[in-house]
Amino acid sequence: MSAFMAVLQRDLQLALRRKSEVLTAVFFFVVVATLFPLAIGPEPETLRKIAPGILWVGAMLASLLSLGRLFAPDYHDGSLEQMALSQAPLPVLVAAKVTAHWLLSGLPLTLLSPLLALQFGLDGPTMGVLLLSLLLGTPLLSFIGAVGAALTLGVRGGEVLLSLLVLPLYIPALVFGSGAVEAQQSGLGYSAHVSILMAMLLMAGFFGPWACAVALRIALE
Amino acid sequence: MEQLRIRWFQWAAPQSFYPIAGRLWPLFAALAAVLALVGLYLGFFVAPTDFQQGEGYRIIFVHVPASWMSMIIYLAMAFWAFLGFTFNTRLSGMMTQALAPTGAMFTFLSLWTGALWGKPMWGTWWVWDARLTSELILFFLYMGYIALTSAIDDPRRADRAGGLLALVGAVNVPIIYFSVKWWNTLHQGASVSVTKGSSMAQTMLWAMLLMALAFWAYSIAMALYRVRGIILQRERHARWVQEVVA
Repeated sequence: MSAFMAVLQRDLQLALRRKSEVLTAVFFFVVVATLFPLAIGPEPETLRKIAPGILWVGAMLASLLSLGRLFAPDYHDGSLEQMALSQAPLPVLVAAKVTAHWLLSGLPLTLLSPLLALQFGLDGPTMGVLLLSLLLGTPLLSFIGAVGAALTLGVRGGEVLLSLLVLPLYIPALVFGSGAVEAQQSGLGYSAHVSILMAMLLMAGFFGPWACAVALRIALE
Repeated sequence: MEQLRIRWFQWAAPQSFYPIAGRLWPLFAALAAVLALVGLYLGFFVAPTDFQQGEGYRIIFVHVPASWMSMIIYLAMAFWAFLGFTFNTRLSGMMTQALAPTGAMFTFLSLWTGALWGKPMWGTWWVWDARLTSELILFFLYMGYIALTSAIDDPRRADRAGGLLALVGAVNVPIIYFSVKWWNTLHQGASVSVTKGSSMAQTMLWAMLLMALAFWAYSIAMALYRVRGIILQRERHARWVQEVVA
């Protein structure tokens, strides 16, 4: 546990010393969400209909954008190797790094989403469901994406490859995340979607760091 | 039993697998050709015309076996990847890589014939239906595997990284399938089901099963043929390879 906290604290501190990297992903999310009304047209009815999907896809892409920096700096300066050699189990350290990634990319996006939802004309309860679905969904994206980030570590064209590997695996999160918001909009109730999202988060939180540690050991061989 | 176990691991060495694969792949290729000829003849000339779908339904004899194969080959890749992680055998990774292009080909064939079938039956090339979408995602997974393994230069690392991806993908395939299924569905129910028996005429069933067996034999032949190439490339510095080539 102390190792977990130490890595978490270190990653947060490193990121806060270079705020621009964190803010880039957040602004990317805002810009992407702004592009759609401009492309599709300002009819409120249409915008309300496509909002859940757009905000979810935007959050997915923004989370993907920062995945490349999850392990790469530590891999290049050798500290990742030290983590693999340390006494603390590697999956625990990986879980700490993923948590830091979520706190720096997923959580800001989630907190910002009601503001964008307002632009798309969503009402209060729907906004709440969007917030809840992103709160459960973005850590799920971080856990799944970390495996891809570890697999593509130090590989030629890794960044593009990463999106090719990870985006298909994101699809269930996208389906149930945006599905929850749509279910709320159409008055069907969101609890089923949110429960499944929660179940997937628990699964990914348990198996993700473990698979990620295996992938890191392959990369460090 | 003891002897059997020793034999298995002996075959796991690329050097001893290479000649066996060389003897087996022409057999499977010939079997595939014969089965496909009989299956296509039964399917295209003997099987009765469907009273609802007319002659257009006959593409089922390619479409359904190709869809089966696309999923079975992904499972086979996950199986070899699992063996590779458990026993740390080199051949497992080579087999995983040898299977991937055939699997991607069948996935593409299944999507393509599905589009050709969908146009006369549903009036559209493509619908966002559960099975079509999950087949498309399966195609993305194959592409991801091929892209990852070809981007890594060190063959052992490519094997292991690709194997892990195949396993992660295999865990995700059912999740993706059910998530897309609950999301939307239009596709007709399964034509052949283990629990309910078949909803088809006997000759149609036979033709489809023959085609499925032909695709099985073709996949095995292609995998063995391709793994021979991979073995030669990987072991090119070994003395036995230089003797074989010379």
